Amino acid sequence: MTYGNLAPPSSGTVRRSGVAGGPQAANLADILERVLDKGLVIAGDIRVNLLDIELLTIKLRLVIASLDTARQVGINWWESDPWLNAQAADRAAEKSRDQQELEEENRELRNRIEALESGGHNGGSRGD
Amino acid sequence: MTENPCVWVYAVADDAASAFTAGSIGVGGGAVRPLSAAGLTAIVGGVARSEFGEAALRQNLEDLEWLERTARAHHEVIETVARERPVVPMRLATVYSSDEAAAGMLRERAADLRQALIRLGGRSEWGVKAYVAISDDRADGQQPETADPSAGPGAAYLRRRRAQLAAHRDARQEAMASAQAVHAELDRLSASARLYPPQSPTIADRSGSMALNAAYLVGDDRAEEFEAAVTELAARHGALQLTLTGPWPAYSFVGQDGTEDAR
Repeated sequence: MTYGNLAPPSSGTVRRSGVAGGPQAANLADILERVLDKGLVIAGDIRVNLLDIELLTIKLRLVIASLDTARQVGINWWESDPWLNAQAADRAAEKSRDQQELEEENRELRNRIEALESGGHNGGSRGD
Repeated sequence: MTENPCVWVYAVADDAASAFTAGSIGVGGGAVRPLSAAGLTAIVGGVARSEFGEAALRQNLEDLEWLERTARAHHEVIETVARERPVVPMRLATVYSSDEAAAGMLRERAADLRQALIRLGGRSEWGVKAYVAISDDRADGQQPETADPSAGPGAAYLRRRRAQLAAHRDARQEAMASAQAVHAELDRLSASARLYPPQSPTIADRSGSMALNAAYLVGDDRAEEFEAAVTELAARHGALQLTLTGPWPAYSFVGQDGTEDAR
């Protein structure tokens, strides 16, 4: 039940997802926003950690405007988000460590070339 | 020895609601059934412990496919009942280990739940979002095609960019003022209203950012009036694009403990 432009294109537009019109009509983002973030919170005796749901909710709130789009373009926000995913955080840390080592190595190499080109023997001792 | 299934709770409704669940299939493929205690009916369904036990649940919630399937099933059951009777919807993943445990919850919270059901009776939730209708062509369209050639391409670009930014700023201010006016009007027509933080247009399939994200609890006898008001407001405020969704079960109006007052 979507109705498009009710007014000339320059004016506002109303689009209605008729929830009453059928189960398919409501979009996923709207449903998730409600069933995860709202609704009566009663902790059952089988519990998901409240923190899990809170993080999930926050994360969803960030992408919920276009959840379907996110999935279509293959953005896997669960796996790549360091906040939600410890592995991703480790990977990120690893990456910056690698980066540091590379920079270090780069600097050292540059120093050695400089020393060699200037004909000095101080920097080249390691190559002997 | 078969494992006892867990009990998934969809919603709580009054006694008369038990008639409206027969035959539906809900979350995890489990049959939906009523569970009565303390003059209330919990709408529940059996779910496999292997999929909905603590550890599995935590893992599955992060699986977007699973989450979608589950969320839709949860919502559909609640909606089916809500069409006939007032319900207090439960948040996703409200799971008990036995019927007895779920019934215990009903008894313990009976007074609150009954109060909430009375407050929600004959009312539904409607969602209204307003997007800032920023069109890039609004700025671009104003640009003369032939810029002063003596000024050079850099200066022309800067001028164009400045005009664009100014247009965006104006559009945003106009939209924010409009959003407030829209909310004030819709608030007046509803029994209760909730404002939510605007959703981020991170990977937006929409050009504008969100200026209003609100839920309204509207008497069913005023639903048409409410809808007409949204249509009228959309026409009046060209700086906004409005979307209306509903009627929803009153997810946004059951609060943290089900006793939330209408403001």
